[in-house]
Amino acid sequence: MADTKKYWKGIEELEQAPEFVESSKKEFSEYVPVDEFVGNASEDSSPTNRRDFLKVLGFSVTAATLAACEAPVTKSIPFLNKPEDLTPGVANYYSSTFFDGLDLASIRIKTREGRPILIEGNHNAPTSKGAVNARVNSSVLSLYDSKRSKGPAKKIGESWAKNLNWGIVDKEVAQNLRSAASNGGKVVLLSNTIISPASKGAVDYFGAFIGAQGGSFEHVTYDAISASGILDANQKTFGRRVLPTYNFEKAKTIVSFSADFLNTWLNALTYTKDYSSNRKPDGDWMSKHFQFETTLSLSGSAADIRGALKPSEIAEAVKYIYGKVGGDTTGKVSNKLKLKLDKAAESLLATKGESLVIAGSNNGGIQILVNAINDKLNNYGSTIDLDKEVYTRKGSDVAFSKLAKEMSAGEVSALIIVGLNPSYVAPSSLSFDEALSKVGTVVYTGDRLDETGDKADYFAPSSHYLESWDVLNPTKGEYAFVQPVINPLFRTRQWQESLLKWSGNENTFEVFVKSTAKSFLGTEASWINAVHDGYFLSNAFDSVPASVSDTTSEIEDSSSEPVSIISSAISSAVITNAVSQASVTPSGKFELELYVKTGLGNGDQSFNPWLHELPDPISKMTYDNYIAMNPVDVLELFDLEDTKATRRDFLYIGQESPAKVLTVTVGESTVTLPVVAQPGQALGTIGIAVGYGKKGTEVFTRQEWLGDLFDAENSEKNTIGKNVFPLQSQDLWVSNTISSGVTVAVLEGARYPMATTQTHHTMMGRKLVNETVLSTFLEQQGAAKEKGGYNETVLIADSYGDEKTTRQLDLWEEHAIDLGHRWGLSIDLNLCIGCGACVTACHLENNVAVVGKDEVRRSREMHWLRVDRYYSSHVTTDDKDVLVDDLSDLNTLTEYADAEVADSGDDLSVVYQPLMCQHCNHAPCETVCPVAATTHSDEGLNQMTYNRCVGTRYCANNCPYKVRRFNWFQYDDLNIPAFPDFAKVNHQQDDLGRMVLNPDVVVRSRGVMEKCSMCVQRIQAGKLEAKIDGIPVQDGAIQTACSSSCPTDGIKFGDLNNREHAVSDKKNDDRAYLLMEEIGTQPNIYYQTKVRNV
Amino acid sequence: MHVVEAEIREPLILGEKSYNDITEDVCAPIEGKANSLWYFVFGLAGLLALWGIGNILYTIGVGIGVWGLNKTVGWAWDITNFVWWVGIGHAGTLISAVLLLFRQRWRMAINRSAEAMTIFAVMMAALFPGIHMGRIWQAYWVLPLPNQFGSLWPNFNSPLLWDVFAISTYFSVSLVFWYIGLVPDFASVRDRMIKPLPKKIYSILAFGWSGNAKHWNRFEEVSLVLAGLATPLVFSVHSIVSMDFATSVIPGWHTTIFPPYFVAGAVFSGFAMVLTLMLIMRKVLKLEDYITLKHIEYMNIIIMLTGSMVGVAYLTELFVAWYSGVEYEGYAFMNRATGPYWWAYAAMMTCNVISPQLMWFKKIRRNLVITFILSIIVNIGMWFERFVIIVTSIHRDYITSSWTQFHPTYVDMGVFLGTIGLFFVLFLLYSRVFPVLALNEVKTILRATGEFGVKKAKSTVFNLENEFSPSESGNAPASDDSSEESSDDAESEENKEQE
Repeated sequence: MADTKKYWKGIEELEQAPEFVESSKKEFSEYVPVDEFVGNASEDSSPTNRRDFLKVLGFSVTAATLAACEAPVTKSIPFLNKPEDLTPGVANYYSSTFFDGLDLASIRIKTREGRPILIEGNHNAPTSKGAVNARVNSSVLSLYDSKRSKGPAKKIGESWAKNLNWGIVDKEVAQNLRSAASNGGKVVLLSNTIISPASKGAVDYFGAFIGAQGGSFEHVTYDAISASGILDANQKTFGRRVLPTYNFEKAKTIVSFSADFLNTWLNALTYTKDYSSNRKPDGDWMSKHFQFETTLSLSGSAADIRGALKPSEIAEAVKYIYGKVGGDTTGKVSNKLKLKLDKAAESLLATKGESLVIAGSNNGGIQILVNAINDKLNNYGSTIDLDKEVYTRKGSDVAFSKLAKEMSAGEVSALIIVGLNPSYVAPSSLSFDEALSKVGTVVYTGDRLDETGDKADYFAPSSHYLESWDVLNPTKGEYAFVQPVINPLFRTRQWQESLLKWSGNENTFEVFVKSTAKSFLGTEASWINAVHDGYFLSNAFDSVPASVSDTTSEIEDSSSEPVSIISSAISSAVITNAVSQASVTPSGKFELELYVKTGLGNGDQSFNPWLHELPDPISKMTYDNYIAMNPVDVLELFDLEDTKATRRDFLYIGQESPAKVLTVTVGESTVTLPVVAQPGQALGTIGIAVGYGKKGTEVFTRQEWLGDLFDAENSEKNTIGKNVFPLQSQDLWVSNTISSGVTVAVLEGARYPMATTQTHHTMMGRKLVNETVLSTFLEQQGAAKEKGGYNETVLIADSYGDEKTTRQLDLWEEHAIDLGHRWGLSIDLNLCIGCGACVTACHLENNVAVVGKDEVRRSREMHWLRVDRYYSSHVTTDDKDVLVDDLSDLNTLTEYADAEVADSGDDLSVVYQPLMCQHCNHAPCETVCPVAATTHSDEGLNQMTYNRCVGTRYCANNCPYKVRRFNWFQYDDLNIPAFPDFAKVNHQQDDLGRMVLNPDVVVRSRGVMEKCSMCVQRIQAGKLEAKIDGIPVQDGAIQTACSSSCPTDGIKFGDLNNREHAVSDKKNDDRAYLLMEEIGTQPNIYYQTKVRNV
Repeated sequence: MHVVEAEIREPLILGEKSYNDITEDVCAPIEGKANSLWYFVFGLAGLLALWGIGNILYTIGVGIGVWGLNKTVGWAWDITNFVWWVGIGHAGTLISAVLLLFRQRWRMAINRSAEAMTIFAVMMAALFPGIHMGRIWQAYWVLPLPNQFGSLWPNFNSPLLWDVFAISTYFSVSLVFWYIGLVPDFASVRDRMIKPLPKKIYSILAFGWSGNAKHWNRFEEVSLVLAGLATPLVFSVHSIVSMDFATSVIPGWHTTIFPPYFVAGAVFSGFAMVLTLMLIMRKVLKLEDYITLKHIEYMNIIIMLTGSMVGVAYLTELFVAWYSGVEYEGYAFMNRATGPYWWAYAAMMTCNVISPQLMWFKKIRRNLVITFILSIIVNIGMWFERFVIIVTSIHRDYITSSWTQFHPTYVDMGVFLGTIGLFFVLFLLYSRVFPVLALNEVKTILRATGEFGVKKAKSTVFNLENEFSPSESGNAPASDDSSEESSDDAESEENKEQE
């Protein structure tokens, strides 16, 4: 029945009319009866019907909308085929090694999306043991320096043809070299110390090629910061031109004469690590450190006992010590110094065989005497290991000066310069520039056309070390690998590869490195492992493969047979000779010491804004080198009476108080620099840092930065700071101290603005850095926090007179601080040497803006973490001179005013305090923010919500620790014409410089407050990792940028609530205290009292 | 009964004025043309204001960095100026509200202008918390508005938030109070206006005031209610402003004495500013008969009193700093007096504590020139007081490594001078288009304390109708049965007083 039923839509269907059949085959009906719906007869007559109108309307609205949207310009191109180990948003880490002739560090490089963005120490590696300093971790920004040369160049007449093809340059250079060689000419490779067997292999290959062409080849090694004196002294004493391994971790007494071994002296990073391992009072023993030096250095400020002496007195002091430990010399030293030297000698003798005496001088005589002292103390074989040779300084001053002479005589037909900027670093007495002009072909391989580059004929830019392959052999038996983490950004090429190319070897240097490494690694698998680890330990290959380079010094290098040291090895003739060589007769009022600053080092990274903005650990000055002079001397020079008031007012350098300017003349060279009154500088001496005044840095500066020293006519002279390398005296050794012929004159009326991050230098008797001495520490063990102890608990009387702790006296509701995680830091002030590695690490981890000298001058630096440095201060009360260590010591107005003035002489002591957001559990900043932009997290962090901040700065005002930083301008804007000063310095305003930004951390806009987040991005990542692994967060699994970069492990991060974490024990330690606990802020940062071993 | 001042009291209105005279005197500036001096001063103020606005726009466009602030000193001229202007704004409400409640008749000659000054000063003050923000375009976030941020509220713990509430409440109440008082006077002006456009404008401003008894009745009630509302605000605003500092942990800010001390200081500076303005205005607008030496003397006495209170507060602070034994606090005050900003502290002490003491001498407090100079000195001193409190406390607080100095830039100065310019632009405009005396109120006291009234009262208390002819229209107390109306007024006022 049902299927017989039929339904139809219309009569046409029922009847199956032919029209219907026809139309039913079509999908759409052709006829749409619009007009009938509309029923508007007039539509036909109108030129625009409704549909057209709607179409046009729709089109125009869409078009207008589209036009209003800015089409996003996407500069990144997605992967067509994703590289296997590259996941967007996930960081990759690579091991590599940093070596620039000054610092050596095994590092771990973090890359994101193929960009290296962070450098940390490789804590597994034996080389430098995971220690890094500011120069090392900042070097990642030097990679993104857009002022590096973009490609090879050649000089045509006086001008440069830049950005050539490598082919052209290669062809011409090879041709020139061949013709030089075939004419029997001398081809010289001038480099800094090369510790790479592969590079040496390349050099040998090149040398062999030159030889084959009929020329003679020589490899001259010279270091900007020369250790020639030590090497040659060892040659004379032990018959081998070697650097020994110094075991600071074994030394119970350390006596250093002007050797800044915590900063720049030889393998400073390794020494720092070793030294700090026994600077803990709670260990078995604590080393005792004496430092006798001219300019206050990092090591000097860390020393237990420091004596200031003139460079000319160092020889006397060394002789004095030698006499005291059993030698037959006597030194003429002042009575004041004698007291300290006696103590040092006493301590040395008491720890015979476990002591260490070192000297920073480049004077061979002094070094021989130091060797003799160490020998008398039986330190060879225990704290000094001559067998474990260190190769990181091989430069020979003698060879260098010989080369200069040969060049002047026209004996050198081709010179290739590698890793060194000789025109910049050579002493002026060598007239290196003039000599350079007499050389037939000069090929320079620096990273830009700098002082030397300008005078070269060909420029073959070498790649940045992060773009390079190499294998290094820093110490006997130790290999360290350098691997590229990014393709070369510009058309640069490793200099080794260039050498190979010019000598007709078409292999890449990578192949060369690999084959060199294979020779001691063996298998491919171990090569991969070694590159992965970044290091390789070997006993089979003890020394750098012999190469022509070893014969460059005038002094014959003897066999590599280990020499056993016995007392008689140092003959009395050698000693007598050394005494006469060491002795310097000073003349003139001032002696000069050229020192190496923590920030810039030898000046290789002069274009790195992080290092310029990093305040000098001692003076807290940024962006300049200057003449450091004792306040007493400055006042005398300006003919003023030395009173506390003049010291305070006349010597003050601040935003509107520019520095005075002096002119220093040494022989023919004159340098005009601002003077900074530096407490601790030896009387009658001045100190100037090298590494400044590099060509090209003038683009950073402005007239306002340079005050009266601005040179309108010669803009090239407006560099950051002045170069003082030419001031070095050059006799047998290049000397960084000049004892005679130094004249200092006041440049009347001239003023120079200085940018400093700290304008006040004493603690004013406040307990900011808690300090005690070792004997008190040992005496009060377990009782330090009791009344009268050195770390007395802060008690405050309540309204009834009952004494309560700050935690008991509380206005606010408690956070649940005992539940869950509570992240915190423990900072050991005993270990802080003030080096600033944490400051730059924080800079790069957290995208902290660089603001430039003018803004620093206005106290607007953005550092989330700073290292405060305080000098001790004595005041005269009741005719007694007492150290101000308690506010209640101060009674009168004069005493308060006097307490502002730091000690200047021998009484001076220095303390450092790294200060970041204290993450208070009762944060004053949190309560005052009107929009709740800063709040407390469940995990004890004081967190900043940048998006919510309206910028009232109330939080910063109410912060007792003054750690909050405000974005006064839009620092990262590329297009603010009003602020060329930022654009010039701040890497965030440079398209390439921005590549270093950490994508995990937001870049803050103007008008918002920022501060230390305790690297919350790392905490989150670490928690996620632990969650994936299904375990609690392990101690040390999460590291903040500061804690991982601290070369002395002075900063520890962890969960204060987790008993497994070191910080949770540390916080209950005898030495632990909270900074300004009496305010009741209850910070999560614990400081450990500084203990001096005096 | 009419209340007539005792003869021994000086009359508050001089010159044997009639009601009509008062209307004529007050309306003269509105109806007449300004002289060239007015244009000169207006032009000067206008230029200053433009310069200030330019500097403000520059600040907003580029960043707070164009000011001299730094990492340690996060507030300086901005908040100094803010507190200074808010303080100045106090006198108006104090005069019109507090003195109204205390039935001080002498307030009537000055309250209108004092309130105008309040409004303008608070406007200037409110500018600073706005422009001192790093991101002024997000300024509305400090208001508890419903939002899409997951219902994000401001932080009710923050004194800055209380500031927002206090200032906005104060401003709105003051504005309403001022305006209500203006309504009958606008009506008077409206009725006298001949030109159609101004007449239209004034009739809109007058809200259709017709002067009937019901209107007056409500007017009185509203005035009293608003006076009651405004009175606590006088004390709350500056108390709350002081809490910006008092609730902090910074030595020199963290002081419980701040609320009363700030209020006294505010009244002190407010009266000084009123005097500065009035002394010029009475001369320029020829109001010497209304703003008499007596008024000036009264105000000087208040300045002397509040100045002394402020002085006591300063000394108390010093005492507490010593007595508390808190080292940081001790140093903060030591530093104030003898540190790098000693000159600011000295200026503050001299201007605010020593100079008002001169007012003990009758000759001085009745001397116009000295009063004028002193009134300016007091305001300079009060500016320094805020500067001393803000800058010298934070430039050297706990951590000595962060101690800095504050150096203002030209933009800092430009913004401050700009607000002074803007303030005078507004005040000068006000003095030309608004009735600068409260006509209706002044008339109520004419018979009681006017010179003429007092004289007449001596001879005869009757027959006043003949003397005060109903010559004008529109102004309620003087219209038709003016004498009766006003006598009722006076009577009712007296009744209330007795209650």
